[in-house]
Amino acid sequence: MRIKDLPDENLFVCGHTACPGCGVALSIRNAIRILGKDTSVYVPASCAVVFGSTYPYGAWKVPFFHTAFENTGACLTGMQAAFEKKGKKVISVGFAGDGGTYDIGLQSMSGAAERNDDVLYICVDNEAYMNTGIQRSGGTPFGAWTTTTPVGSKVQGNRTFKKNLGEIVAAHDIPYYATLSIGHPLDFIKKVEKAKDIKGFRFLHMFTPCVPGWKIDPAKTIEVTKRAVESGMWTLYEVENGEKRITHKPGKMKSVKDYLMMQGRFRHMSPEDLKKLQGWVCKKWNLHYKEKGAPEICEIELPEEHHAVTEEHREMHGP
Amino acid sequence: MKKVITGDHAVAIGAKLSRVEVVPAFPITPQTLIIEHIADFVNDGEMDAKFLTMESEHSVMSAAAAAEAAGARVFTATSSQGLAFMHEMLYATAPLRLPVVMVNANRTLGGPPGIWCEYNDSMGVRDSGWLQVYVEDNQEALDMVIQAYRIAEDKRILLPIMPCLDGFVLTHTVEPVEIPEQQDVDSFLPPYEPDVILDPARPAMIGTFMPAEYIMELRRQTAGAVESAKEVIQEINDDFAKRFGRDYGGLIDAYQMEDAEAALVTMGTVTSTSRQVVDEMRQEGEKVGLIKLRFFRPFPSEELKNALKDTTAVGVLDRSLSFIGGGQAFNEVRSALYGLSIPIINHLAGLGGRDVTEMQIRKMFELTLRAANGEKVKSVNWHNTRGETV
Repeated sequence: MRIKDLPDENLFVCGHTACPGCGVALSIRNAIRILGKDTSVYVPASCAVVFGSTYPYGAWKVPFFHTAFENTGACLTGMQAAFEKKGKKVISVGFAGDGGTYDIGLQSMSGAAERNDDVLYICVDNEAYMNTGIQRSGGTPFGAWTTTTPVGSKVQGNRTFKKNLGEIVAAHDIPYYATLSIGHPLDFIKKVEKAKDIKGFRFLHMFTPCVPGWKIDPAKTIEVTKRAVESGMWTLYEVENGEKRITHKPGKMKSVKDYLMMQGRFRHMSPEDLKKLQGWVCKKWNLHYKEKGAPEICEIELPEEHHAVTEEHREMHGP
Repeated sequence: MKKVITGDHAVAIGAKLSRVEVVPAFPITPQTLIIEHIADFVNDGEMDAKFLTMESEHSVMSAAAAAEAAGARVFTATSSQGLAFMHEMLYATAPLRLPVVMVNANRTLGGPPGIWCEYNDSMGVRDSGWLQVYVEDNQEALDMVIQAYRIAEDKRILLPIMPCLDGFVLTHTVEPVEIPEQQDVDSFLPPYEPDVILDPARPAMIGTFMPAEYIMELRRQTAGAVESAKEVIQEINDDFAKRFGRDYGGLIDAYQMEDAEAALVTMGTVTSTSRQVVDEMRQEGEKVGLIKLRFFRPFPSEELKNALKDTTAVGVLDRSLSFIGGGQAFNEVRSALYGLSIPIINHLAGLGGRDVTEMQIRKMFELTLRAANGEKVKSVNWHNTRGETV
């Protein structure tokens, strides 16, 4: 399917109340367009429940179900079992956030993956608990400001690195795991189409910028995802039946600083922290992109000026 | 056909006869035999259901809710810690009007751990919107699973229901049980045909975010459904009695109450023991009677008031404790009898699975009789408990 072949009919329609530039809303709308109307959706506690289904309004033109936070995997299993028992051909698809997948929903997701239930699990990853007002999750990157990893005078931002969820999911030996970005639509379409047709547990991991949570310009959602991929902070690949394949290799590695400085959540980072994060990104880059025998790549551009934590920063990042 | 089987086996047969379509399962003592029997039925081709081996009770109830929302008839079973673990999901299933049937094998909950019968697991979820019925023997366990589907799926009700049976006393004890014929169950229990389900042909949104402007009406509807269940339960009880010859009385069951002065209100298996004691004490000339409190939700306030209004004292036996003094049944019965000027006293016994013997029940009746004769007795009485003198 090419972009121009995408069906015109939206199944997640306008009128929803997501923020302008919301990466989650964009991802949902396009994914569900590709999946089509024979789809039944589960959404756990998240912004997507609020902006897409606040009674008496609803943005979904396919069946929608919601009950709790930590149970996307289990709800998909139950839903799909009923469809199978009734002989209906329906794709059971879940849209869970990073908190609902990396953290509180990990067990339930793992159960559905391990049973290889015939469902499509989509993680819309915006790297923090955004619906409750920007708290750190297992998906939050190193250095990032959140309300539970504030920029203090002693400690600045998140001190741990983003959990490698892809490895965890793929380790379940599922038929399909892929990472996607809304800034790479052709790759996005291909992967959703592929996941649609595969039988068994499929996991699509979507990188979805959050305008208020990342403190970015709403017009820059797409650009920020592109820079994430160019810097190596996000990598586009798929694991099909255990075989890993890079689906989009960026050109020359760009400094992580280009990506970070577009976002208010990273603007406080010290040169030491930037170096630390760049080191982590280089390791990841080498893991994904380095050809056998090729030299390791590590590009570090030290910041031009020292970003001390000032009152001004604290005000900017305040609650 | 009669079979000598455990309560858990009887429950599993009840689920099979009810033509259950999806069974999410997770083991927990003393319920585990139920899901093991169902797994056997499914793998032997005797039962055409999707058996899902979930990874926790929370996921069991999540899968149950989702399967029910997608239009399937769902069965599962749990107990104690498992029920507590799925607590959150119980509060999702009832207001969303998903008529799941889940058997709870009553077992002591929390620390220090134990596996024997106590009601503090199911009593803790009495305000979740689930209907609850407590059974006395293995036959009633089987019959109530079948009746539970008729009650839960009735368009006037559409609420989940929890038949509760005493851990080990029933779950692991064999009794002769009459197994109904499949065609008789089929004619009693029609297939599940809900109006609103997750169906791409008629998309619906179930479980939307609900602002304050709308939620109170929804709560009121759920409360209305619980209230309406009283009539429906009686209707279904009578229909079942007509077809199968076993009448459980509906919400409550009265025994020797016509001229009773002192009455004891019991739930579950202690009712059988109490009936025995009533017979013995009647022979001795004591005017004692028994009310078996079957349904705890809906709570039969009017029925209890009518049944107990002519007594001179009421004792309530609780197998669990509410920390406002006495047990849950005691507090709710006393509330139901508000306005009647008769003493109501509480008997706590059998907590954590301690045996409740005829001798203890006789003491309960004696205490209640003393209250009936105007003597002042304590309102809460711990039986067979160290440090207590009853």
